[in-house]
Formats: sequence, C-alpha cells, structure tokens
Amino acid sequence: MSLDVAVRTRLGALDLDMRLTAGEGEVVALLGPNGAGKTTLLRAIAGLAPIDSGHVQLDGQMLEDSATSRYVPTEERSIGFVFQDYLLFPHLDVMANVAFGLRSRGVERAEARRRAAGWLERVGLEDRAHARPAELSGGERQRVALARALAPEPRLLLLDEPLAALDATIRTEVRRDLKEHLSSFRGVRVLVTHDPLEAAILADRLVVMEAGRHVQTGTPVEVTEHPRSKYVADLVGVNLLRGEADHGMVRLGDVASIAAAGAETGDVFAAIHPRAVSLHRAHPEGSPRNVWSGRVRGIELYGDRARVRIEGQVPLVAEVTPAALAELKLGDGVEVWLSFKATDVGIYAA
Amino acid sequence: MRRERAPVWIAILAAIGAAFFLVPLLGLLVRTPWGDALRSLTSRDTLEALRLSLVASLASTAVALVLGVPLAWVYARVDFPGRSVLRALTTLPMVLPPVVGGIALLLAFGRRGLLGPFLESAFGITLPFTTAAVVLAETFVAMPFLVLTVEAGLRSMDRRYEEAARALGAKRWTVFTRVTLPLIAPSLTAGAVLCWARALGEFGATITFAGNFPGVTQTMPLAVYLLLETDPQGSFLLSLVLLLVSLVVLVGLRHRWLMIR
Repeated sequence: MSLDVAVRTRLGALDLDMRLTAGEGEVVALLGPNGAGKTTLLRAIAGLAPIDSGHVQLDGQMLEDSATSRYVPTEERSIGFVFQDYLLFPHLDVMANVAFGLRSRGVERAEARRRAAGWLERVGLEDRAHARPAELSGGERQRVALARALAPEPRLLLLDEPLAALDATIRTEVRRDLKEHLSSFRGVRVLVTHDPLEAAILADRLVVMEAGRHVQTGTPVEVTEHPRSKYVADLVGVNLLRGEADHGMVRLGDVASIAAAGAETGDVFAAIHPRAVSLHRAHPEGSPRNVWSGRVRGIELYGDRARVRIEGQVPLVAEVTPAALAELKLGDGVEVWLSFKATDVGIYAA
Repeated sequence: MRRERAPVWIAILAAIGAAFFLVPLLGLLVRTPWGDALRSLTSRDTLEALRLSLVASLASTAVALVLGVPLAWVYARVDFPGRSVLRALTTLPMVLPPVVGGIALLLAFGRRGLLGPFLESAFGITLPFTTAAVVLAETFVAMPFLVLTVEAGLRSMDRRYEEAARALGAKRWTVFTRVTLPLIAPSLTAGAVLCWARALGEFGATITFAGNFPGVTQTMPLAVYLLLETDPQGSFLLSLVLLLVSLVVLVGLRHRWLMIR
C-alpha cells in the first residue's frame, strides 16, 4: 500500500507544485498555513480538483497521469474522504450515511446496513443509528464521517482538517479517539491540518508546505527541532535565523552576527528556543556570548508563560514568567537587553 | 426587540392594499347562491370541467417535472454559449400574454404549423382541440415557474455534498437521485406547486390552442368564463370552487415549502 503523487496545478492565486509519497501504513500530515494548497492537493488526490500536470498513483495503480491523459473518476478510486465540515447527508439518518458508500458500490441493502451497524459500533454510535446529522454533536458527526469514509474499506484515507469544526473543549478527546481509529486502519492515511500539535499527535511524518510548495518533511520531532522555515518556526515557537556559518559565528546579512557553538561553514539555520533568551534592564555581565539591546514590540501570555517579542539588531522572541515580566516592568516600547549562550543555538545546514 | 408600530400613512395604504384583495373575495362569498350549490356543483358539466382541470393540470405538472428538472440542471450546471439567451426565451411564457402563447403553439403544432403536418403524417397525431393540447398549453405557460425555482435551488445547494457522494463511490445518476434531488426537495416542491397552480388557472393559451369543448378541453376557468354569460350564479359557484382549491394548496404547503426565508 503506497501513494505516489506529483501535482502541478494553478487555481486562482494558488500555484501548486507538490510531490508526495506515503508508504504502507503511514500517517502523513500536510501542515501549512491557510492558502498553502493543502486541501487542493488532497482534492487532486481524490480526483476532485483538476491537475495541469503530474500523476496520482495508488498501490501501483495509476489513477491519473497527465502524460497519458489517464483519469480515473473519483467514484472509481478506492478512497475515503473525511471533509472538513464532514458533509454528512442531512436528508439521511446516521445509518444510511454510513451505508451510503457500500450501497453506491453495489452492496445489497441488508448487507450494507449490517456492515454499517458494525462500523457504528466501532465508533461507539450504535444507539444513534436513526438520528439525523443535525441532531448530533460535533464529536459524533466527526465519528459518523469517519465511519462513513471507512465503511467501504478504501485503500487510502484522506482527512481534511478533521478536527477544525470542533470546539476547543472537546478537541483533545476527539483527537485521542481519532488517533485510535486511524491506527486501526491499515491503508495510507493523509491528513491536512494547520495545527502542529494535531499533526504531531496524529501523524508519523509531517510534510510542511507553503504557497503551494514543499518546505520540509520529517518526523514530528525532526520538524519541531529543526524547522526550516519561518512559518514552521513560528508554529513550534522557535526563533529561526538563517546565515553563513564561520567557525563559531553565524553571520546574518552584512551587519549582525551571533556566536554559536558548533557553527562550522556554509549556509545554516540557527534555532534559538525562546526559553534560552534572557531579558535584562541593564547590560548584563556574564558568560553569554550573545548580548544586545532592543525594544519590546508585543507581549503575549500563554498561561504561566509570557512571550516577549523584541525588535532590534536581530528580532527575537523571549519566553519569561509573568513574575519576571512584572519585575522588569516590561511593556510595549520599553528598551531591554537580551542575552543567550552560544551553546543554546542549534545549528543545522540550510 | 420592541414591537414596531406602523406609521399612519403606511398603515392606511397597507389597509387599502389588503382590502383590494379581501373585498373581491368577500363579494364571491356573499353573492354565491348557496341554495342551489349542491345541484350546480354536481351537475355533469361542472364535474366534467373539474375533472378535466385536475387531470390536465396534474399531467402538465408531471411533464414539467420530467422535462423541466433536467432543463434547470443544465442551466445551473452546464456553461455553454447562449445559455442566458436560451434561458430568457424558455422563460418568456411567464411574461407573455397567454393568448400569444396559444397562437404560437397553434403555429407550431397546429394542422398548418411547423411540426403539425409532420406529427399528423408520421404518427397520425393532431394536437389542437384535444385534451393533450390542454396539457401542452398549460405546460407551456406553467413550466418556466418550475424551471426557475429548481434552477435557483440547484445553484444555492452546497455542491460539495455531491463530491462527498462521489468520493463514496456514487455514480452520477446515484448522486443525482440520492443526493442532489433530496437536497433540493424544497425547491422542487415549491416549483411543482407554483407550476400546478399556474396550470390550474390557465385560460388564454388553452382557449386559443385547445378550444372550448365540454368534456375534452373545457377546463374550470373556461367553464367559469362561459357560464358568466348564461348562468352567472353558476359561475360564481365555480369560481368559489377554484378559490377553495387554491386556498387549500396555499395553506397546506405554505408552512413547509413556500415560506419566505
């Protein structure tokens, strides 16, 4: 079971040019900002969005190939699609929704209902079989959508922002259920999300895309530790700089440079966790090699931590406690000194 | 929200507007000879006209559904040159004086019309002055109401439901019958009701193209009009019957389908 996709297509402002492969039993998350083309890529795999050039191959079977003008229509592809807002058929009850795919593929009514009942049991909704979608909660709808997509036993499961339509309060719980159901499905799973946490929890591998292009691929740990774009760095909350390594230094443009242990030569990324950045009211004396001043440009509170954005020679984000924030009397426009150690800079090739 | 009170002038004009409809209805109720209601209503001619009206209007609604839904689908979904011109031409009967429609039908399907001679020689069919002509005339005038309503329904429906059905393996016909049609059911019903009501009241095109033969082409509106000359009292009663039928339709379906949203 494997998926091999190369898609090039233009759709309004979007210029999509992506390659995507997924191996047997793999859960791949397409991660990227709005408008990156994630959903379009998913739709192209399903045959719902036209492609200018490229191919879609599933388990060695060519579903679409611009070179030979081959196009297998959506209804003949062995896919399950979970749409962002689920698109449960409002005129059918839960049972009929789940049985729809089986009925469409020629399974007899009684058999289809028997199998649909089995799926409803698996997602814990056997007692809601005769409810209309409008009577269900968000989490229940999500499970019906999943059961409906899985009931015809597709070889490929596509999920478009499967948790986006849910309240934050129940998202954690539904995500846990979803992970469980995803792991019981044996085919390839591709899911689209703009939430790095969701991607990290649900997927084995992240594919980061921006503006229709591939940016980075890796396990959740690789991507969060070594972000390769400002977008990913912001998502995972890391300061990311790019420059020329020069034996213990990284030159950022013409003027600025930072001290970084482990910097050798070549084009590199330098990742600095906001926790590693200290703030001071006066010029600090001490071991950190990187010290400069700047002005506070925005403070965001996240529970027991505060992220302070500092503008200066090199813009950086520092993470401090609200207590430190109060003690340093930090506010917008206040001048501060910041420092971080050369050993706290993660260096990797760009 | 506070309850709004109408300004005096608006209230007066609105009252006149409402009275304009209520007074004629009242006239009909007051002047109807209730005494011989039963005799008039069960007379052979009346029953014949009523039966013909129901049969013809239902038949034309059926024809309009069979031909009009696909036409609406094409208008809503297929982009082809001249679509808006074609749509304008096919909805023309909504604004065309029905008599003109009747003449046009005569010129198309009449014995000397465009298709008439062919129909007669090839199939032995002569349409004018038959019950089929009544159905044709009513369909001609009423179908545009259905087409436009259904087209609007198709345009406003969320097409992603159709994609969801396709992703579940549904062929195009299954998508159409199991997803598209149920989703536009409100528009479909509203369109059919409008179409049927229009067909039921059809007069001008019918009398021009189908004529006025009791039992064959004389529908209720025709009977009412002709009775006015010979038996005004009877025509009042028939009018009332038509009014009641319309009222039942309106009340029965308004809450479910014709509500202004």
